[in-house]
Amino acid sequence: MTKTYRDLLAEARARVREVTTTEAELAAGDGATIIDCREDSEWEQGHVRGARHLSKSYIEQDIESLVPDRETPVVVYCAGGIRSLFAAETLVDMGYSDVASMSGGFQAWKSEGRAWDQPRVLSPEQKSRYSRHLLIPEVGTEGQARLLDSKVLFIGAGGLGSPGMLYMAAAGVGTIGIVDFDVVDASNLQRQIVHRTDRVGMRKVESAQMTINALNPDVDVVIHETMLGPDNVGELIAGYDLIFDGTDTFETRYVLNDAAVRARIPVVHASVFRFEGQLTVFKPFEGPCYRCLYPTPPPPELAPGCSVAGVLGVVPGVMGLLQATEGLKVLLDIGDPLVGRLLIYDALDGAFSELQLRRDPGCPACGDGVLPEASADDGVFTLPTTPATATGVNA
Amino acid sequence: MTAVRIPPVLRQQAGNQKKVEVTGSTVGEALESLLGTYPGLREQIFTADGSLNRFVNVYVNGRDVRYEQELATPVGGSDEVILLPAMAGGR
Repeated sequence: MTKTYRDLLAEARARVREVTTTEAELAAGDGATIIDCREDSEWEQGHVRGARHLSKSYIEQDIESLVPDRETPVVVYCAGGIRSLFAAETLVDMGYSDVASMSGGFQAWKSEGRAWDQPRVLSPEQKSRYSRHLLIPEVGTEGQARLLDSKVLFIGAGGLGSPGMLYMAAAGVGTIGIVDFDVVDASNLQRQIVHRTDRVGMRKVESAQMTINALNPDVDVVIHETMLGPDNVGELIAGYDLIFDGTDTFETRYVLNDAAVRARIPVVHASVFRFEGQLTVFKPFEGPCYRCLYPTPPPPELAPGCSVAGVLGVVPGVMGLLQATEGLKVLLDIGDPLVGRLLIYDALDGAFSELQLRRDPGCPACGDGVLPEASADDGVFTLPTTPATATGVNA
Repeated sequence: MTAVRIPPVLRQQAGNQKKVEVTGSTVGEALESLLGTYPGLREQIFTADGSLNRFVNVYVNGRDVRYEQELATPVGGSDEVILLPAMAGGR
């Protein structure tokens, strides 16, 4: 039997409840999922605040991941209220029990002065570049826009920082700050893959900037050619959303920890030694900090760095990429970041193990006596960053 | 027998062993048993007055003994003691 458009529309109207914009707004307030079934280009011009975008052409494929529970109340809208009727009818066919179509669509909603938002729009180049991110529901356009607006700081453009900053740049993290005072040395190239043989002698920050700019022009690289210390740490880290600690001295790690706790900026921490690496996320006042883990630094002779002890080049590579992974999780607010957990990688065994870390209530940096509300510049911290002399070792 | 896992930074003083079987019914006794075999580790683990160095963490089956009974934390059977000294390397 031939059916006309009018027949189909009448059938849809008979099966789908239609609601006014006022009723839709109330339903949203009561927890209904509002679905915008228009095309991408229409969504980008503006959408009902809080709505989820699921184009009519993908509704059968994607609705079950967007709305897993078929009892969830759903209101579908389009531009004028016709396409949403057909989309809603599909949901009824799929067994969704409380589906409505919003009469008048987004045109009516907007003209009545109801709340709407214009989503961050990616350029065609960005849509292509980040297409594999856009396909993942946990990232998508919203997450990618969040990354593009994020600012991360790498302390050290070395073994850990190199792979981390390359992948953060590739991922489209909009601002990457780099703190390093050193120049590229031939002995760095075995693992510090952000640098190049023809850049030996060049400032590391400059070399890293060149590589990142060539990789992704979306990224604004901010270089700080300086050594991080107690005098400049506050200024260096201000305004960043996340810090990657890839330094190789205890003093720097403590200085950074204390300042990051004060500024409440999460630090993704990693360290390496020969065939092993450690990794954790220090999220101020939500989990332990570096001082909770190690209240005092060891004397230098008991803790040699890579330049003394050596390191298998891929180990900082693995750990730097795990840092980048944790960093993306923190920025996107997805998954279960390694807060309060220390991940240990043993390359020779090919094994990962995990230890639980606890926030120390007596920690001088983040313990119970320290209020998270404390001002960032109140200067209350004068904590030891060099080895204590009472360790029983000839320091 | 309890096993103590030796971290890479300490292996040189522990005969390049990754894991050492020890005796003792507490963490303190287990560590003394370890130091009986490898006395070179003592200054890495204990202060002069015999308490644990603050830059070395000791875990029993993944739990920090600082939040258990410190050196009196009981061990035995198939328990695993992990020594975790701070590492700084990153470059």
